[in-house]
Amino acid sequence: MATTYDIDLGGRDPALEAVDLSVYYGETHAVQNVSLTVPQNQVVALIGPSGCGKSTLLRCFNRMNDLISSARVDGRVDFHGQNLYAPEIDPVEVRRRIGMVFQKPNPFPKSIFDNVAFGPRVNGMKVDLDALVEESLRSAALWDEVSDRLNDSAYALSGGQQQRLCIARTLAVRPEIVLMDEPASALDPIATQRIEELIYELKKDYTIVIVTHNMQQAARISDYTAFLYMGQLIEYGPTETIFTNPREERTEAYVTGRFG
Amino acid sequence: MSDVTGTRPLGSGESAFDRRRRRIGTLFAWMCGLATLVGVFALGILLVDVLMDGLGRLDVAFLTSFASRFPERAGVKAALAGSVWILGLTALISFPISVAAAIYLEEYAARNWVTKTIQTNIANLAGVPSIVYGILGLALFVRGLGLQRSIISGALTLSLLIMPLIIMASQEAIRAVPRTIREAAYGLGATRWQVTATQVLPMALPGILTGTILALSRAVGETAPLIMVGAVGFVAFTPKGLTDQFTVLPLQIYNWVSRPQDEFRDLAAAGIIVLLVLLLTMNAVAIILRNRAQVRR
Repeated sequence: MATTYDIDLGGRDPALEAVDLSVYYGETHAVQNVSLTVPQNQVVALIGPSGCGKSTLLRCFNRMNDLISSARVDGRVDFHGQNLYAPEIDPVEVRRRIGMVFQKPNPFPKSIFDNVAFGPRVNGMKVDLDALVEESLRSAALWDEVSDRLNDSAYALSGGQQQRLCIARTLAVRPEIVLMDEPASALDPIATQRIEELIYELKKDYTIVIVTHNMQQAARISDYTAFLYMGQLIEYGPTETIFTNPREERTEAYVTGRFG
Repeated sequence: MSDVTGTRPLGSGESAFDRRRRRIGTLFAWMCGLATLVGVFALGILLVDVLMDGLGRLDVAFLTSFASRFPERAGVKAALAGSVWILGLTALISFPISVAAAIYLEEYAARNWVTKTIQTNIANLAGVPSIVYGILGLALFVRGLGLQRSIISGALTLSLLIMPLIIMASQEAIRAVPRTIREAAYGLGATRWQVTATQVLPMALPGILTGTILALSRAVGETAPLIMVGAVGFVAFTPKGLTDQFTVLPLQIYNWVSRPQDEFRDLAAAGIIVLLVLLLTMNAVAIILRNRAQVRR
């Protein structure tokens, strides 16, 4: 039933490969036999109407679904040739190497510095914390705005700043892949634009998988786009193809705004 | 139909229906206000009555004297010391066990029928009459473990009594920590223990402390279970160790009230004031802790 899309990786190595991946919530088959390859240092967008399973799929990529007791995952996700769901794999290590930014900014009720330093601390990273925090905040384009008040509460920042802080926090543990679950949906247009510019910058060093409701956003920032509908991967390919010349009628209907 | 289209100015012409629902609304507010006053009024009368009887007897000597069969020489020293001992020991025993149980139930336990059964039982235990805990304490601690009629027996019994309350309050506080905070911490590669220790517990702590203090307030007012495990009404020494005999404020008050002489009733009133001050102080601490937490968030 599920079609496999052999995409042209443009000579890049695969960063993540989902193979026949299914997620069940109790009786609900939320993600159905999805196979797709995420190329390294590219931005892959997951699009589709609400409830299509795109967030669930994203959360498979760093085993966040493990935290939901009713969720069950079938199939494989390969990362450096190693299945993330193999019994000997520790989900804690998976999440350190594959980071996640959530829909709503969720800083800890701590200082800006402690937010960024949390990951390195819990992972026992032997580094110069001051330098790492600065580097991470610079990468997230937040340093200039907060460098003089690192000890202030993170809650004093605006929503857009909080989300960039969350990105900095994710980068501080030096992941290889960053998963983003509608990272700009709670932000105003200017803050959204900053996040989008940031994603473009981050592509140099990281592989990014982003869930978005906003099709213009997917078209602007992603290299590859996957369209999901009712738990199935309908179509996956280069973003340009998906938006201008999709193979599937349902994809075309969705990207042109005729449903969803 | 014309009056719904908006051509009529506001406030012109009130229908019978409008008048009726406005009257019902006013009546409802009055009744609720009255119901509130019943509680306040009862408490007020109680306080005034107790203060009138007891204030005259309340002095430093009252706090530093032991019980005596001469009312003018009697004081609450032994009972106050006993209450403080019991309170401290009960807190030391019940707090760590209850918080650990709450953490286990919220963060670790699988959501299955075993957990649900435990959960239901804890809720039921919170409703068991305290005398039943007293009988249990007598059988288990006084006789079974051979701890005799001692402070430690009393503290263990009261710990059993209030642990369900602390567990439930702690679970509530832990559950109130937003899921997004947990996800953020897990997403950074924190282990379950690290998420619990660095994020969940600090955020839940004020709620846990409030619940603990309220539960301890209940413990300090208990009499029945302590009578069962052997607290006595007349003690002429302060406890020196865990195995000493003891009395507590409510028991001392009861002892005085049941004497025939009027002077002892005034003593009882003075004892009640001491107990109330202890309770109100504890509640004040609970409120301060909660407020501090709200400011920080």
